[in-house]
Amino acid sequence: MTSSADSSSWPLWEVFIRSSRGLSHVHAGSLHAPDATMAIRNARDLYTRRNEGTSVWVVPAAAIMASDPDSKGAYFESAQGKSYRHATYYTQSEGVKHL
Amino acid sequence: MSPENHQHAPLHLADEGDAATALAEAEAGQHRFDELIAEDSRIEPRDWMPESYRKSLVRQVSQHAHSEIIGMQPEGNWISRAPSLKRKAILMAKVQDEAGHGLYLYSAAETLGRPREEMYDQLYSGKAKYSSIFNYPARTWADIGAIGWLVDGAAIVNQVPLCRASYGPYGRAMVRICKEESFHQRQGWEILYSLSHGTEAQHQMAQDAVDRFYGPALQMFGPPDGDSPNSQQSMEWKIKRFTNDELRQRFVDMLVPQVEALGLTLPDPELKWNEERGHYDFGDLDWDEFFAVIKGNGPLSRQRLEHYRKARDEGAWVREAAVAYANHQAQGRDRDQAALIGA
Ligand SMILES: [Fe+2]
Ligand SMILES: [Fe+2]
Repeated sequence: MTSSADSSSWPLWEVFIRSSRGLSHVHAGSLHAPDATMAIRNARDLYTRRNEGTSVWVVPAAAIMASDPDSKGAYFESAQGKSYRHATYYTQSEGVKHL
Repeated sequence: MSPENHQHAPLHLADEGDAATALAEAEAGQHRFDELIAEDSRIEPRDWMPESYRKSLVRQVSQHAHSEIIGMQPEGNWISRAPSLKRKAILMAKVQDEAGHGLYLYSAAETLGRPREEMYDQLYSGKAKYSSIFNYPARTWADIGAIGWLVDGAAIVNQVPLCRASYGPYGRAMVRICKEESFHQRQGWEILYSLSHGTEAQHQMAQDAVDRFYGPALQMFGPPDGDSPNSQQSMEWKIKRFTNDELRQRFVDMLVPQVEALGLTLPDPELKWNEERGHYDFGDLDWDEFFAVIKGNGPLSRQRLEHYRKARDEGAWVREAAVAYANHQAQGRDRDQAALIGA
């Protein structure tokens, strides 16, 4: 390669798009860019060529912390064992209106 | 690195105990992987996956990315010569889409732990493979029509089932790509339609383009099933959902009514409806030519690579300047902050 400043040595950014007002930003993909300003511009060109967005977030990929994929089962288990957190757990009120 | 871009840390085996743990982890991982594939769920970047699955995906996704990038050349070549401002704007939008497709796919491959730089370098050095169709020249404006209709058409038939590929990031990239492809095929078909209904010379030009691109487009699905050793494994992993020949047949069946609507013909005397099979029969393709092109002996193989290298080399200063500017800005911010703290 002829260049030491290859675009791939630009940091990786994760791109989040709000598709329309009233909705959350959703992860769209990632890209490389030298800084936040360029990352936003590139994200617009790459992920919103057909009115897919009304707002763009870019986040340095290195700044995202994630849960450990290997401890998946155990980590999310406590929520699973607690069906009483869901309305469907309560059946006595069946047939009673607006409840 | 992001959650999407995390590889498992290499296992350093300090002693027997660690080796046993690693083995148990691999077994549990394989079990979970098999389960996910069996229930038609998705594998995500940080999941355990067999090394062979990872390798095979990196190869397929990076080759796919390279094809989108090299695929810009035959059409990019016609942007300055498009016959009207409208056609020019359309072609620019299409070529820009293809650049986007390449970037979506490089990102997907990166989540498998393959650095972006390495993929660029492989294409630059000529080591990487890409779809052989892009080594054919686009000689006339009608070729731009034939490329949109036949080449993007074949790509769509190939890509729609890939939206359900077992590897999450690949499938998601394909969903995005498929949404954009349908305009590509239609604009190509319309170019051919206009020419076919124009002057006698224009009609001839359209027919000639179809005659040249039909065979190579059918070969985009890859060699016949008997000569495609990786297909079986790829289907078991649910990366691929249909065989090369199944997709090729589906494509031919779609093309026949479309070419009739164009008022043109397909260059295959053996093409005819088979009532029993419920499909069109079609003649053998020139596989010697196909393998020759794959080996780098296509009409424009050398030029495509040279052009890629030239574009990359000539853009180097822009990439360097962007980094220098970003560094300068960051230093400025640091200075301002130091001043504030000092005050
Ligand atoms: Fe594409
Ligand atoms: Fe396309």
